[in-house]
Amino acid sequence: MQPTSHDFKTNARAALSDRQLQEALSGLPGGLVAQRAAARARLPEFDDLRDYGRDLRNHTLDHLDLYLEAYETKVIAAGGHVHWAETAEDACLAILRICKAADAKLITKGKSMVSEEIGLNAKLQAADLDVVETDLVEYILQIRNETPRHIIAPAIHLIQDQVEDDFRRQHQHLPKDRPLDQPAELVDEARKILREKFITADVGITGANFLVAETGSSIIVTNEGNGDLTQSLAKVHIVIAAIDKVVPTLNDAAALLRLLARSATGQEITAYTTFSTGPRRADDPDGPQAYHVILLDNGRSELLGSEFREVLRCIRCGACMNHCPVYNAVGGHAYGWVYPGPIGAALNPGLIGVKEAGSLANASTFCGRCEAVCPMRIPLPKLMRRWREIEFEQGETPFLTRFALRSWAALARWPAAYHIISRMMVGTLKLAAGRRGAFTWIPFASGWTSGRDLPAPQGRTFQQLWAERQKTAAPLTPTNKEAA
Amino acid sequence: MSRASILGKVRTALHAPADDALRIGVVSERIAAPPIVAAPQRVAAPNTDLAAGFKEELELQLATVAEVTNALQIPKVIADYLSTNNQPLRLRHGIDPRISKLDFTAVADFEVQTGPASPDDSAGLSYAFVGIAETGTMALLSGPENPVTLGFLPDTHIIIVSRNRIVPTYEDAFALLRLERGVASMPRTLNLISGPSRTADIGGRIVIGAHGPRRLLTVITP
Repeated sequence: MQPTSHDFKTNARAALSDRQLQEALSGLPGGLVAQRAAARARLPEFDDLRDYGRDLRNHTLDHLDLYLEAYETKVIAAGGHVHWAETAEDACLAILRICKAADAKLITKGKSMVSEEIGLNAKLQAADLDVVETDLVEYILQIRNETPRHIIAPAIHLIQDQVEDDFRRQHQHLPKDRPLDQPAELVDEARKILREKFITADVGITGANFLVAETGSSIIVTNEGNGDLTQSLAKVHIVIAAIDKVVPTLNDAAALLRLLARSATGQEITAYTTFSTGPRRADDPDGPQAYHVILLDNGRSELLGSEFREVLRCIRCGACMNHCPVYNAVGGHAYGWVYPGPIGAALNPGLIGVKEAGSLANASTFCGRCEAVCPMRIPLPKLMRRWREIEFEQGETPFLTRFALRSWAALARWPAAYHIISRMMVGTLKLAAGRRGAFTWIPFASGWTSGRDLPAPQGRTFQQLWAERQKTAAPLTPTNKEAA
Repeated sequence: MSRASILGKVRTALHAPADDALRIGVVSERIAAPPIVAAPQRVAAPNTDLAAGFKEELELQLATVAEVTNALQIPKVIADYLSTNNQPLRLRHGIDPRISKLDFTAVADFEVQTGPASPDDSAGLSYAFVGIAETGTMALLSGPENPVTLGFLPDTHIIIVSRNRIVPTYEDAFALLRLERGVASMPRTLNLISGPSRTADIGGRIVIGAHGPRRLLTVITP
């Protein structure tokens, strides 16, 4: 997928003035936030599990090479094949080879963010293969020629009327006067259309939420059951997964599954959690005849050796974006690449470079909600702050921002001068703001003032207030410290 | 060679030589003796009524749960459920002996076939490996006994669970898998099913019957 992350500011501005998008955004994420809170409340050990999950993921990353080898051995023992892919290109080529060997024409796909990351659909289509997304919303996005905006609710930006229009345009063989104004009618129509595809598909491609080293299994979680039809009815099942998806044992997967759905949609567990191990057995009457796993690196081994290793703990639940005020204002598309929201800001620069995606780290107020809800306790604000520093060090920060930061840094090195100047500025700003106590326009800050007033300083600096307080307040002793 | 290159990069990142006996030991020990996290409180107490908890959770996920006191009642319960939902008296199941011994001829005009699902099947019947109380989940193993397609192609899925096979947690289910099936413990597909197929993708409202079954009946039997 061609990233447009470097245009985040432009993308965000467009998103903020897109009325339909704003209408769609205003409806959904609040529901997911409340549902997660309710699910957490129903499971008193939820936060302990997060500690366990964090430690488990750290342990796995510390031994990643060995768990990958153990996993591979088990896949082969179960009759499956493992293909290692260093880059997106390698992964696409491996999948194309498998499709060609199977003489495939029609390919069904379950939802997979990694397949978006490697731009798989375009590659398959360029090789004259018919590829159909089967997750309901991925299907809608495919007929709209769009990419996902959220990792678990990919069409969070669409309203129902748009879907109706798309279906009427796309499914012209169906009666024109059919009713389609209820969600159930839309779902039903997609169900019928996609049934045909499941049944006639030659190859089914799914992602993986986890890979289990103990058994060589790949796990997917779905509510629709599309991933199961995709892999059970096609002759060949291909799993595309990144190397960081491996967990040691089934029990470890269980611990993470307790966190995944609750964090994502507030469900106790999704309707379907499916463990796939190898192709159909000798006496099995159904299931795929061949099973392939593509293990993708695509920059992860470098992240593993960097100060950003913690980002690889991510289990892709989407809680950070549901809780992010910036994501909720601009939606996923503004982030310009596969993984949006705080996790995208922390991960994408590591995968596609600081020049392309470094500016995403600025799309945060550092309010900390993402870290507070992350089931893997990834310190997202810390990682974003570090990307900001790197962006600055590499000179990718825009000139005006650099100039302002440099000036401030120079001044901050001289505390006496800093105090005098800040005192003068605070006083001047208070005077300039007048009775109103706020500014309606400030040079270079129209991005703020065009939407709302900027409150003016109240006249004294923090240092002044602190000094006064020290004079009047009683000294803090161990006994009254607590109360203070 | 991509494999060597990726593993090499991972080892470099971890500052770990390939033949570090200590690391290898840690990994093989964990795989040989999978750690168990404390069971959720809702199923942890020794006197927990697992069947009741299982039923409650499963119903929250919009499945129908029926309990019978004798397996002989199962065909009738299924027939009633299909009729209530305006479904034809027709189903397909695999060769699980616990299902094969059920007498569907006891219900007039009940049409029963065996084998994997075909696209025209209206109902599929499976027998669960175990039920899992913590989230009202059923574990199904693929194979000729219970073909995997029975749970996804038909509009109605019916799953029978033995009451004495309802365990507290996922880990308990995995322990039974390892115990009863040995080294090659995993079937081609292990399905954890916790309700009928659904989506909330259009308009944010839950619609049941996205791609898989539109309804799920679970029958708990002694």
